[in-house]
Parts: sequence; structure tokens; C-alpha cells
Amino acid sequence: MTDITSTPLSSNIEADAAVGARQKVIATLAAASAEAVAEKFNALPPQSYELVRQPETGLVMVRGRMGGTGSPFNLGEVTVTRCVVRLETGETGNAYSLGRNKQKVLQSAVIDALWQRPAMQDRIETDIIAPLAEAQQGAKETVREETEATKVNFFTMVRGDN
Amino acid sequence: MYVAVKGGEKAIRNAHKLMAKRRRGDTSVPSLTLEQIAQQLSHAVARVMGEGSLYDETLAALAIKQARGDLIEAAFLMRAYRTTLPRFGYSQPIDTAKTLVERRVSATYKDLPGGQVLGPTFDYSHRLLDFALAAEEDGLEKPAETARVEDDSMPRVTDLLGDEGLMEPDPVTDEDAPVGDLTREPLSFPADRDLRLQNLARGDEGFLLALAYSTQRGYGRTHPFAGEIRYGEVEVEFFAEELGFAVTLGTIKVTECQMVNQFKGSAKTAPTFTRGYGLVFGQVERKAMSMAMVDRSMRWQELGEEPSAPAQDVEFVLSHSDNIQATGFVEHLKLPHYVDFQAELDLVRRMRGEWFEKRRQEEEEGSAAQEAAE
Repeated sequence: MTDITSTPLSSNIEADAAVGARQKVIATLAAASAEAVAEKFNALPPQSYELVRQPETGLVMVRGRMGGTGSPFNLGEVTVTRCVVRLETGETGNAYSLGRNKQKVLQSAVIDALWQRPAMQDRIETDIIAPLAEAQQGAKETVREETEATKVNFFTMVRGDN
Repeated sequence: MYVAVKGGEKAIRNAHKLMAKRRRGDTSVPSLTLEQIAQQLSHAVARVMGEGSLYDETLAALAIKQARGDLIEAAFLMRAYRTTLPRFGYSQPIDTAKTLVERRVSATYKDLPGGQVLGPTFDYSHRLLDFALAAEEDGLEKPAETARVEDDSMPRVTDLLGDEGLMEPDPVTDEDAPVGDLTREPLSFPADRDLRLQNLARGDEGFLLALAYSTQRGYGRTHPFAGEIRYGEVEVEFFAEELGFAVTLGTIKVTECQMVNQFKGSAKTAPTFTRGYGLVFGQVERKAMSMAMVDRSMRWQELGEEPSAPAQDVEFVLSHSDNIQATGFVEHLKLPHYVDFQAELDLVRRMRGEWFEKRRQEEEEGSAAQEAAE
């Protein structure tokens, strides 16, 4: 735990907001298809970077909770691929994604690193993160609307009860 | 006992080649793509991911193709593959309240907040073969109906009961308490509920279905109601050490079942409903329901019930639920047991020799006695 009395509250809030924004970048890239990430990546000017951690596939054990809200238990594993890169200018980019696509996480890590470069952040947000997030939100809306059309009203047939 | 044998290399190689040819079948018929399997045989894929205990749709599709549709063999391939990968760690527990719900039904309330949505289901279908599918051409598309979403909040039925104090609360332990993991330590007894649920989540659907059915037929009755079944996508979050914060890895599809069962109470606590819980990868409702019923049955001790049935016997259930272990032990009987069998042959020959010798002696004694009597 950081001692909040030693730092001004406003800087904590800023730090939290920065973490939140970065989490959104990483999550949006993870949720995107490999093709969508590649398309966005290829539209960027070429970058030179070094691999801090090679794209690597492994397992994460997914946990559930007893009854949905109780103590945790291990449900089963998922395949996960991750990667860390460092740009010439020093920014470190991280990526995690379900699945085994190494190119996707490599490209995602570079995009995450670029997003941290102040001169690039707006462009990455506008050209990559916002449109990907919007497409993902749209896909979710479609699922919700299709599901809503199957909403049912059951009537019980006893004692005149409806 | 299995004793190693040598030889047969050429026959084995040729048998595997022949298997590959038979797997492919008539080459004038297009080969299945993994996308076709993942998209169009999603229940098979879900079962293989669940029982293989590894969520990866493309890998499961490959396993199904390689196993020629033998789903237990496919799950076996998944279990073998996972041993080749490093473990990054454990996810944060998934929050099923935040599921992007594609299906949510309750057999206990007809009107419940958020409503009942049937989603994609075989329920209420007439189980008539649809010959239109046999004649279906590529590109045939039937768009699904849509409706405007007013309010998409869907509280859990068990939480609604809990708010009224009618449901026993979920067990809560210290978040730092260790969680049992069958992939790290072999199963041992007594097994706590965390290990039991992990075992059931990767257990054989048919075995759990039969056990759940047995409880309904009177072998350890638990009076279940399907309080809620929900299916949909849920986010998986993982705490990344190097970043110092949690990252979302993506979404997985899960089916959750909350069984509401009969009561528990004591002089100190008022009677409440009790519960069994099922959670599985993919849309596998039959198994999620069976899991919840068997979970509840195995809680007899904690709820002060009498054990009388197979579904309540924790050691029996957990020791036989894993179809990879079960098939390994049953199917190993196919492998050469020549040395073992040679010993049995010697034994049965000796027993028969003794038996015939004894009978000969008895006959001799019998005829001697008869002669004496005459």
C-alpha cells in the first residue's frame, strides 16, 4: 500500500486515471482480432524496438467463485500469449491476450508503447483504440439486442393466477 | 500389470498411416477447417475445452479433427498439450454477475428482475430432424430478430433470495487463503469444496449426468430447483506483476447454474434454502446443471445430512469423474499383457490339474467303496 499522506491526493487520482487508461488500451487490443490489430499496426509508421520479453505462450488458471460470490476455486486453464517491447525512445509496451497469436501480442505491445509517447497518444487513441473499442461495443450491443428478442413471459396456468 | 514389449514398429507406423487416411476419408469431399469445427460444432468444442480443462477454441477444434470426433480422445490431446506450456499464474476470480448474458432462465421465478431470455437453445424444439439443413447451401443466412434493450441488469436469483435471508450465504474465505489445484497436487481425501468443484468442472459430462439423475430418482435426494442458468461471455483478468496492475486478457464463454435445494436450519439459525453450484467452459448446460446437483449432494456432511447414495460419496465421485484417467485405465487393457497372462495360464492349468486329480481320487475311492459293499 502506498502511504497516501506522503503524496498529494491529486497525484494519486492522476496515477489511477493513467493506469485506468492504460488498462483500457491493453484490454481493447486483447479483445481485438489478430487481423484488426495487424491492420491498425500496418497503418503506423515503421518503429524500431527491442524485445524485452519475446512473445511467449503459456497458461493462466481461471478462477471462479463458489455460488458466484464465495470463495475462489480453480475452473480450468486458458492459453495466453504475452510480450514486452521497448521503443528506441525508451517507452516500454506490454501486451497480453487470450490465445496463441504471437504476432498479435507483439504488434499490440508496440502500440501500447507508442500510446505512452506523449506525442503519439492522441493519434493512437483516435486511430486505433477508439475505433476498436467502438467495434467491440457494437458487437456486444448486437448480442444484447438479439438476446433481448428471446425474452419470454411465462404465464402459470393454475388458480387463475397469471 | 503391463510389461514393456519390443517390436511391432513397422506395424504401428503403418497403422497410424492408415488411421490418417481413414481420418481424411474420401478426398473428393473437402477437408474440414478448424474454423468450421469451432463455429459449427460449438457444443463439441465446449465439451472438449471443459473436460480437457483448457479453453482454446482453435486447439479444441484441432483436437476434434485429429480425434475424428472422439471427444474423450480430443480432451486427452488437450490435457497432453497443456503440459508443454509454462504456467503464468492464476486469474482474478471471474465475476459472473458481469456476464454479457446470451441466455438466462429461472425455473423458480417467472417474473424476475432482468427477465428470462432464452437465447440460443434446443429447449422447446420438437426434436424433429431438420432436412432443410441437409440441403443447406453455403451463404444461406437467416438473420436473428433483434429488440431494443431497456435495462440489461440481471441480478443473480440466489442474491435475490439472499437479500430476503432465504438463501444460505456463499462460503467466504480469506482472499489470501490457498486454493486447491488438481494440476499441481494429486487428489487426496478429504477433499474440500474448492477441489471438488475443480474436479467436477473438468469431469465427464455423462458421468455427472448419470449421478445427478440418480439423485432425482431417490439415491440421495436433494430436491433441486434450477434457480438460475446463465450463459454468456465473461472477462478474464490477470494481475500482471511487471505492470503492477490487473490486465484484461479477453473473454471466455461460460455456463453457470445455481441449484436451489431444500432447507437447513438449527436452533440458532432460521431455515434457509441451500445451494449447489455449477460452472463450466462454453455452453454446456446439461453438465453445469449436473455439476450443481452433484456439488450439493457432496455437501451432505456440512449440512448434517445422512449419507446413503453414490452421489454423496465424495471419494467415489471424484475418483471416477475424470474421463482421461478412466479411459487410460480401461483402455490400457488393450495393450500387451502377455507376461501377466502367462502367469494366469500357468495358474489355471495347475488348478485344473489339481481338480482332475482330486476327482480321479474320489472316483477311485467311490468305486473301491462300492466294490467293498458288494
